[in-house]
Amino acid sequence: MSFQNAMMTADIAARRRSSVMAALVVLVVLLALGSLGIGPVRLSPVTVIDALFGGGSDVAQVIVREIRLPRAILAFAIGAVLGLSGAALQGLLRNPLAAPELFGAPQSAAFGAVLVIALGLADVRSYALPVAAIVFAFASVFVLLAIAGRNAALLILILAGLAISSLAGAATALVMNLSQNPFVVLEIAFWLLGSLEDRSFRDVMLALPFIAAGAVILLSQRNAFRALTLGEETAQSLGVDIDRLRLMVIAGVALGVGGAVAVSGTIGFIGLVAPHLMRPLIGHDPARLLVPSALAGAALLLAADIGVRIIPSTSDIKVGVLTSIIGVPFFLYLIMRERRALGGGVA
Amino acid sequence: MTAFLTAQGVSVKLAGRLVLRDVSLALSPGHLVALVGPNGAGKTTLLRALAGLVPATGAIHVGGDALSSLSLPERARRFAYLPQGHLVHWPLPARDIVALGRYPHGATDPARLTPRDAEAVLRAMRATDVVELRARRVTELSGGERSRVALARVFAVEAPVILADEPTSSLDPRHQIEVMKTLRAAADQGTLVIVVTHDLVLAARFADIVLVLSDGRLVSQGAPAEALSEQVMGDVFRISAFRAEYKREAVIVPWAEI
Repeated sequence: MSFQNAMMTADIAARRRSSVMAALVVLVVLLALGSLGIGPVRLSPVTVIDALFGGGSDVAQVIVREIRLPRAILAFAIGAVLGLSGAALQGLLRNPLAAPELFGAPQSAAFGAVLVIALGLADVRSYALPVAAIVFAFASVFVLLAIAGRNAALLILILAGLAISSLAGAATALVMNLSQNPFVVLEIAFWLLGSLEDRSFRDVMLALPFIAAGAVILLSQRNAFRALTLGEETAQSLGVDIDRLRLMVIAGVALGVGGAVAVSGTIGFIGLVAPHLMRPLIGHDPARLLVPSALAGAALLLAADIGVRIIPSTSDIKVGVLTSIIGVPFFLYLIMRERRALGGGVA
Repeated sequence: MTAFLTAQGVSVKLAGRLVLRDVSLALSPGHLVALVGPNGAGKTTLLRALAGLVPATGAIHVGGDALSSLSLPERARRFAYLPQGHLVHWPLPARDIVALGRYPHGATDPARLTPRDAEAVLRAMRATDVVELRARRVTELSGGERSRVALARVFAVEAPVILADEPTSSLDPRHQIEVMKTLRAAADQGTLVIVVTHDLVLAARFADIVLVLSDGRLVSQGAPAEALSEQVMGDVFRISAFRAEYKREAVIVPWAEI
């Protein structure tokens, strides 16, 4: 009897997960349509769909397909890979306060990109940019996990992350400081705020291959995250190659975050927030959280990018600023919730 | 009976310190082996070395194969490892935790178990009496329930060797006996069960063989009453013990420090 009850509970949980996924897909599609319709020229969803498939006026087609579509694609892809990276890092470290932005990955990626620009090695549309961003993102996450070691305590992770992002920030400031050209400095400063404005299909081509590769790598490791629920030693005894897993996660996060930062600048706190929004709906299984977190990340960034277009202000608000303004109070809330673990020093 | 698990001259160095020195042993299937010794004697390290979880010198063979020649999943199918503390980082349902025991067999998603894996999970849950807990989150279970779920996960591997590190610590006496009886039953069905414990009373009562480690060396082994002789109790544990027999089982109760 109770056995059957339990079976039914499992079925209900599975059905609930499917409906949450369906709802997320619908939400992302609606937000994408919104993203294509909202701007200086407002277009109705019908006009947007029409223009998307080559119908309607030429003006509508240009606006939807050439101006707004790359922006919507980037918002989707970058939001998704940030959400996915957050969920993967939380799974790897069994820690709800893990996220690329807390570990200094975007900041380090930004430093890599800024360095390449300032040294005159590349203009902002060359592949050297994402490659440099990925290399520095990889280095930052690698160093962080090396410092943290096995079964890292929460406090060590947060402090090491703070140190790495501060270092990356200081290094970026140094590059700007030493730069001779004030226009370059201004451009870098604005780019660092994080934006998806005026992005073209060239930017999409620049970022998407890396983001897709990162996402594939992270998703391929999903079942190992579930085994890690029992700790590293037990996961290893179940046949998980921990060292390889760490390397794969670092590579996946670096590719995703580096690719994203190269075209959008730093957009923070999506990776931290998305998995948390999904846990009450999907459950705590770190493997099952990956795809919903990616969809939630995509929805968050699409929404934020619509938000910056409709919030009335004297100059444009950058989407990276908006996500941080919303994300940091959420981070504070999480710290309060995890107070006991933080106070104890061990997660 | 031929040995299933053998170690020859196994040494382990951790952080520059020799934690295990030249340990050799040969263990047969169907035995419950208690691994005892003072704190820091190297019990957990020996267990980890046997499972291939720490780098060790010397030779370990399991079922006729050198441990070093086996892939990680092959090792995982031969050794079911239960660490101290029954750590669970996320509040998953008990059934999903138990199903992780099938991970070495390729069943990495508890929602998609083959009938064979599902049967193994159910068998393990019946053996440890946790079927009724299957939908409950492990973090909401009592200590005793949690230890049974952890044990079920280990049983679900259906490995020929079970390595359990202090499975009875922090349990009340009733649950301690329950856990030892469950492990005893697994040994009686042909599994080689190795249990690290500080509880000499339980070791003497339930084990077929007791291995005594002291300062990284295997200093005594054999049936409980012999392995835990008065001399060993004095030399290794530096205690005297009350010794008796109750219902034909050895009783060794630590009594006073010497």
